[in-house]
Amino acid sequence: MADNVFIAFQTSDESRAIVEAILADNPGTTVDEQPAMVRVIRPGSLTIRRETVEEHMGRDFDLQELQLYLITLTGNIDETDDAFTLAWHN
Amino acid sequence: MDMPTTTKKKLGIKEKYALMTRGLDWETTYQPMDKVFPYAKFEGIKIHDWDKWEDPFRLTMDAYWKYQAEKERKLYAILDAFNQNNGHLGITDARYVNTLKLFLNGISPLEYMAHRGFAHVGRQFPGVGPRVACQMQSLDEMRHAQTQIHSMSNYNRYYNGFHSFPEMLQKVWYMSVPRSFFDDAYTSGPFEFMVAIGFSFEYVLTNLLFVPFVSGAAYNGDMGAMTFGFSAQSDEARHMTLGLECIRFMLEQDPDNIPIVQKWIDKWTWRGIRVLTLVAMMMDYMLPKKVMSWKEAWEIYFEENATALFNDLARYGIKMPDCAKQALIDKEHISHQAWATFYQYSAVSNFHGWLPSSEEMDWLSAKYPDTFDQYYRPRFEHWAKEAAEGRRFYNTTLPQLCQVCQIPMIFTEPTDPTQICYRESEFEGDKYHFCSDHCKNIFDDEPEKYVQAWLPVQQIYQGNCFMPDADPTKPDFNPIEEVLRYYNLQNGRDNMDYVGSEDEANFRAWRQTSTQN
Repeated sequence: MADNVFIAFQTSDESRAIVEAILADNPGTTVDEQPAMVRVIRPGSLTIRRETVEEHMGRDFDLQELQLYLITLTGNIDETDDAFTLAWHN
Repeated sequence: MDMPTTTKKKLGIKEKYALMTRGLDWETTYQPMDKVFPYAKFEGIKIHDWDKWEDPFRLTMDAYWKYQAEKERKLYAILDAFNQNNGHLGITDARYVNTLKLFLNGISPLEYMAHRGFAHVGRQFPGVGPRVACQMQSLDEMRHAQTQIHSMSNYNRYYNGFHSFPEMLQKVWYMSVPRSFFDDAYTSGPFEFMVAIGFSFEYVLTNLLFVPFVSGAAYNGDMGAMTFGFSAQSDEARHMTLGLECIRFMLEQDPDNIPIVQKWIDKWTWRGIRVLTLVAMMMDYMLPKKVMSWKEAWEIYFEENATALFNDLARYGIKMPDCAKQALIDKEHISHQAWATFYQYSAVSNFHGWLPSSEEMDWLSAKYPDTFDQYYRPRFEHWAKEAAEGRRFYNTTLPQLCQVCQIPMIFTEPTDPTQICYRESEFEGDKYHFCSDHCKNIFDDEPEKYVQAWLPVQQIYQGNCFMPDADPTKPDFNPIEEVLRYYNLQNGRDNMDYVGSEDEANFRAWRQTSTQN
């Protein structure tokens, strides 16, 4: 099985919408809720799509805004205007 | 109302990053480039094309200012609200405040050192991409030092032990552990510094300090630490990405770089692991409400994470450091060994000690079924009995220290948890002592560097840790009291047991006044 990537956010309304978007776009994602934070985990890779986040948030969203809610992450990052992907290359 | 829109095409993130981090440089003419960047080559790292460097976040200075400003506004709104509402009375128990004393004295000044370090290496890299990234990181680290000091200054108004942190980092015995870690990194070359801080400090260390520990701070009602911790770690996520990018960049530039990088990874993983002993103890013993055990945190944030990372780096020929095998064994022991040490030495520490309650010991037994009852519970129960009979045990003999990590020789043999692990090397006729094979290996590779270590125990014995007016020839000279005076530690107030301390009494009284008139 592929190694897990994960990303963790501070709990907030915005991060709730981001996590919902991740769950919608990435089947097989699990959610680990800890005090004041939420960590989403998926084997191999995980993609945050701008459009899906906008649907769940109900407003425009710039993926670099992730910086505001992010706590930590693992995996190699590939970021464009439309998608933010974490993946292991193995 | 519809906002007016412009028809001008917005630059994509990749184009913007390329425009703002490339072509900003020039080849010098009246001085050779090697003199302009004097530290770029001595470590043996070969770089052929600096433009191959890419910041994975593609963060440009304008976006950086925008988001950092927003983070700061959020953070200070929370800090203000916490302070205005006497948030410190909402924490679970004032024992918790002792974790903050460790934090402010031992970690926050390192953030400042990181600020200086990145300002320095940012100047030394011949490539523009890493220079821009180092500049941002340098500013981030300054922000972390400031926000931590601001957040904890509120505690300084009410609790003891916060009053002299820059001085204590330089003087107090156990502070030489985190300080020497940073001094070691800071005095290396720019590439090694990136591995030391970008990889070890950010990926190995802060991920455990700022994620599970800070989640624990939130669980114990400290909104101040929660907000500075998570806000800092959001920057750290960028930093560790940068550290890993630097590692990949070196590996891709030249095959000759591989053994050098592997050596640094081995060294700094172990250096990071040893410093984390303090965090292990904070999680298992110092948080009144426990969020997860040190061992569990280690398994998620190091073992799982590092396995994935080293599987990823395997394509370059990089292997998991050997020391990870020992860390796998040590995770069952280090928090107990460290807390037992601080309990014995809390007369000379700037935070309070205490013994775990019977409920806390049951929690530890459940979390450490293979080690706690067998090796550590009897020790704590013995000390509890001694204290109950009026013989609270304070160790007054100064311990031997490891020459590299500077931790007292408290760790046990990986193959036998009843034997203290001792290693030694000879260099130029002198004998040096180590806590482990890995610290010994680090010394053996660069003995000229580590023989210079400022070891607090040796310094005390040499008489270098007394105030100028202290007179050791006087008949009533009390060396321990004189060392405390040198530390600027108020004997009987900042140190010794939590039970019976001013902090305990004040917290109880104030908490009552917060619910009554």
